Amino acid sequence: MTAPLSLSHLGAAGFKDLMVLPPDEFYRSASGRFKAGGRAVSYFGLPEEGSAPLNDSFAGPGLFEAPAKNAGAKKGGTRLILILAFDSERRLEALSMVANDSFRSLTPDFPQLHLFEREIAEQCGLKAEGHPWLKPVRYQLKSGLPVPPGITEFFKVRGRETHEVAVGPVHAGLIEPGHFRFQCHGEMVFHLEIALGYQHRGIESRLIGGSGKLTSHYMETLAGDTTIGHVSAYCRAIEALCGARIPPRAEVLRAIMLELERMANHTGDLGALAGDVAYLPTASFCGRLRGDILNMSALICGNRFGRNMVIPGGTAFDLSPALIKELKLRLDAAFRDVRDAADLLWNTSSVMERFEGTGIVSKETALTLGLVGPAARASGVRRDVRHNFPVGIYNSKAVLSEGAPESGDVYARAYTRWLEIKRSYELVSGMLASLPAGPVFAAPGPMKAESFVVSLEEGWRGEICHTVVTDSAGKFRHYKIKDPSFNNWQGLAMALRDGQISDFPLCNKSFNLSYCGHDL
Amino acid sequence: MPSGCASKLLDGFASKWLGCKFMLKEIISRLKQGHRTIDFPSADIKLSPRFMGLPEIHPGACKSKCAKCADICPTGAITITDAKPVLDLGRCVFCGKCSALCPGVFKFGSDYKLAAGKRGDLFLTGEVVKRAETLDAKMKKIFGRSLRLRVVSAGGCGACEADCNVLQTLVFDLGRFGVQFVASPRHADGILVTGPVTQNMKLALRKTYDAVPAPKIVVAAGACAISGGIYAGHPETAGIPEDIPVNLYIPGCPPHPLTILDGLLRLLGRIE
Repeated sequence: MTAPLSLSHLGAAGFKDLMVLPPDEFYRSASGRFKAGGRAVSYFGLPEEGSAPLNDSFAGPGLFEAPAKNAGAKKGGTRLILILAFDSERRLEALSMVANDSFRSLTPDFPQLHLFEREIAEQCGLKAEGHPWLKPVRYQLKSGLPVPPGITEFFKVRGRETHEVAVGPVHAGLIEPGHFRFQCHGEMVFHLEIALGYQHRGIESRLIGGSGKLTSHYMETLAGDTTIGHVSAYCRAIEALCGARIPPRAEVLRAIMLELERMANHTGDLGALAGDVAYLPTASFCGRLRGDILNMSALICGNRFGRNMVIPGGTAFDLSPALIKELKLRLDAAFRDVRDAADLLWNTSSVMERFEGTGIVSKETALTLGLVGPAARASGVRRDVRHNFPVGIYNSKAVLSEGAPESGDVYARAYTRWLEIKRSYELVSGMLASLPAGPVFAAPGPMKAESFVVSLEEGWRGEICHTVVTDSAGKFRHYKIKDPSFNNWQGLAMALRDGQISDFPLCNKSFNLSYCGHDL
Repeated sequence: MPSGCASKLLDGFASKWLGCKFMLKEIISRLKQGHRTIDFPSADIKLSPRFMGLPEIHPGACKSKCAKCADICPTGAITITDAKPVLDLGRCVFCGKCSALCPGVFKFGSDYKLAAGKRGDLFLTGEVVKRAETLDAKMKKIFGRSLRLRVVSAGGCGACEADCNVLQTLVFDLGRFGVQFVASPRHADGILVTGPVTQNMKLALRKTYDAVPAPKIVVAAGACAISGGIYAGHPETAGIPEDIPVNLYIPGCPPHPLTILDGLLRLLGRIE
C-alpha cells in the first residue's frame, strides 16, 4: 500500500513527489485516513497538462450541460488532490489521483466532503458517482444560459400542514445575497436548504499565471471582513514557495492585525445577536465599539478593513512609539466597554432565555460535517489553526480558552466569541508591549517551480486554507481557496432542524458566515 | 465587577421593594458608555493620518511622461490623455501604488468627500473637483427630508455593505438625517447598489429596482458598483444595466462611512 505524502504546514513540497494513486487505491487510502482521524482541509481538482482549463466561469460548460460538451476535460484528465489534517498530531497529508470522466463520491461515508465534491464536479466537469446531493455550488447553465442559483430542485417535504418558505437573494437586512428554502410544519423547520453563488465573481481562475498586479487585491476582497486572514494565508504561501522568512517585527504586526480583525468582528456579532433578540443596549454599544476597533486598524494602515497592510515579505506599515501608545490607550478603552456591553448579555434573563438551547449543533454533527472556527469550538470541537498549526507568535502563546461552553447553541457561539475577544485583547496588549525591533519587510525572491504548499490561517470565522501549485516557470498553476464558511454553511442548516423558523435570524447571526468567501 | 454587583443589588432592591425592575444595569452601562454620536457635518472629524482620501493630481510635475503609473495601476484607473495622467476615481481602489511611484504627481489627501453626481466628474485631471449636486427641485421636494433606500448587494466582498451598515449605528445615526435603509423595495424611494453586479444577481437587481415605486433614485457605492472595480471584465459580472440611471456615485474600495454619508446628504441638498 502506498503511503500518503506527509506534509508540513507551509513546507513547500515538490509537486512530482505527490504520487498519483490508482483510483481504487486513492478511495481506499482516503477512507483509511479519515477513519484514522483525518479531516479534509481541502479537496479540489486541477486540470492535467493539456486538458481544458478550470471551469470557473460561464464561458465553460456547466454542471448540467450534456457531458459530451465536456470533451475537452477528458484529454489529460483532472488531478484530484485531497489535503488532510490530523489536528492533534499537528500533521498534514496529501493524496492524489487522476479522474477522467468521473470519480467516486466518498460523501455517503464521510459527509464532510459533500461540498468539496460538488465543487469538483462543477469546476472540473466530472461526475461524482454516488453523491447523494449533487447540486450547484456557485453557477449553473441551462441550455447555454446562466440560471440564478435559487432556481433549482430543492428537497421538498410533503404532507398535511407542511409548507415551504423561500427567502432571498435580497434579504430584509443589509447583508449579502443568498437563498434559503425552509421546509416547515407549522413554525417548525424540518429542513433548511441554502443555495449560494450570487456573489460568484470568478476569482480562482483569474489567479492562474500569477501572482500579478491584481492578485493581492483579489486576496483582500475574497471576504471583505477577513482581509487580514486571507491575505496572511496568501503571503505565507508565497513566502513558503520563495523560501523566504519575514522579519520578526512583521510577524508580530501581522498577528496584531489578525487579532484586531477578530476582535472587531466578534464585537459586531455580539451586538448583532443582541439586536436579534431586541436587546438594544448591547446592540447599540457594540455597533459603536466594532467601529472603534476597525478605526484602530485604520490607524495602523489607513484602512478600516486592513487593506494594503500585509504584503509578501512582511508588512507595508510600521508602528512608531507614539502610535503604539495611542493604540494601547484605544485598545484598553474599547475592551473595557466591550466587556461592559457583553456582561449585560449574560446578566439579562430575557437574552439568555433566547440564546440558550436555540440552534443546537451537537459535537457529533460538528465533527461529521467538519465544522471549523468558533462554530466548531462552541460545539466542543477544539480545533484552531493557531493552536494546531501555529506560526510566528502563536508558537509560544496559548489561544484556546479554558472553561469554554460546549453546548453548541446560540449561547455557546456567543460566549465563545466573548472569550475570544478577551484572549485577542490579551494577545494584542502583550504584543504592543513587546514589539521586536528591526525592519518590517524583506523582499522575497522568486517562487520555486513545480512545487506546492498548503497555507492555513485561523481567520475570525475559522480555518482558511490556501493551496498553491506552481508551474515550470514558478507561476501559479493552480490556486485553491477555502474560506471557513465553505465548511460551516451546512452547520447553520443543521442548527435550524426542528427549531422555530422565527429563530432563523438569530441562528444565522450566531454563525455569521460569509457569502462572498464561499462564492469566490 | 463591582459596578455589576452594585447594579444587581440595586435591581434586587427595586424588584423586592418596588415590585419592578428599573433596568438599572442598563442605565449604569449607558452612563459608562457615554454619548457617542458624532456631530456631522460640522464636527472636527479626525481620521487616521494614514487614511487615503481624495487624491490631488499635479500633471505639471510629470516630467518623464513614462506612463508607468498607468501600467502599475491594478484597475486601469490611470490613463494618459494629452500626455497628462487622468485618474478615474470610479476605478481607483486607493492602493497608493501610483503615489509611491510618483509622489509629486499623485498625492492622496485626507478629504473623504468623494461622491459625484455624474460618472464623468470622477475623472480627476488636477482641475477643481466637482462634487455631487442636489437633486432637481421636484425630486428634492419629494426626497429632501425623507429618503428610504433598499440596499442591493450584488457581488463584491461585503465591505461596502459593512460600511453602509455602520451608518445605522449610533455613531453616525443616519436616521436623524431622515435617511433609512429599509427591508423591502416596496418601502423604498430608491436602491443603493454595491458590488460589480454578478450574472447571478442581475435578475434580483432588476426585480428589486422594478419593485421600487417611481420616481426613484439609484446610488452606486464603491468601485465595483461604479466600474466593476477589480472584477471589471470578468464574464461573471455584468455591471449596473444602462437603463438603470445612477444619480449618485460614491467612490472607494470600500468608501469610508463618512464618504457615503456625505454623498447622500449632498444629493439631498443637506450639504452644499
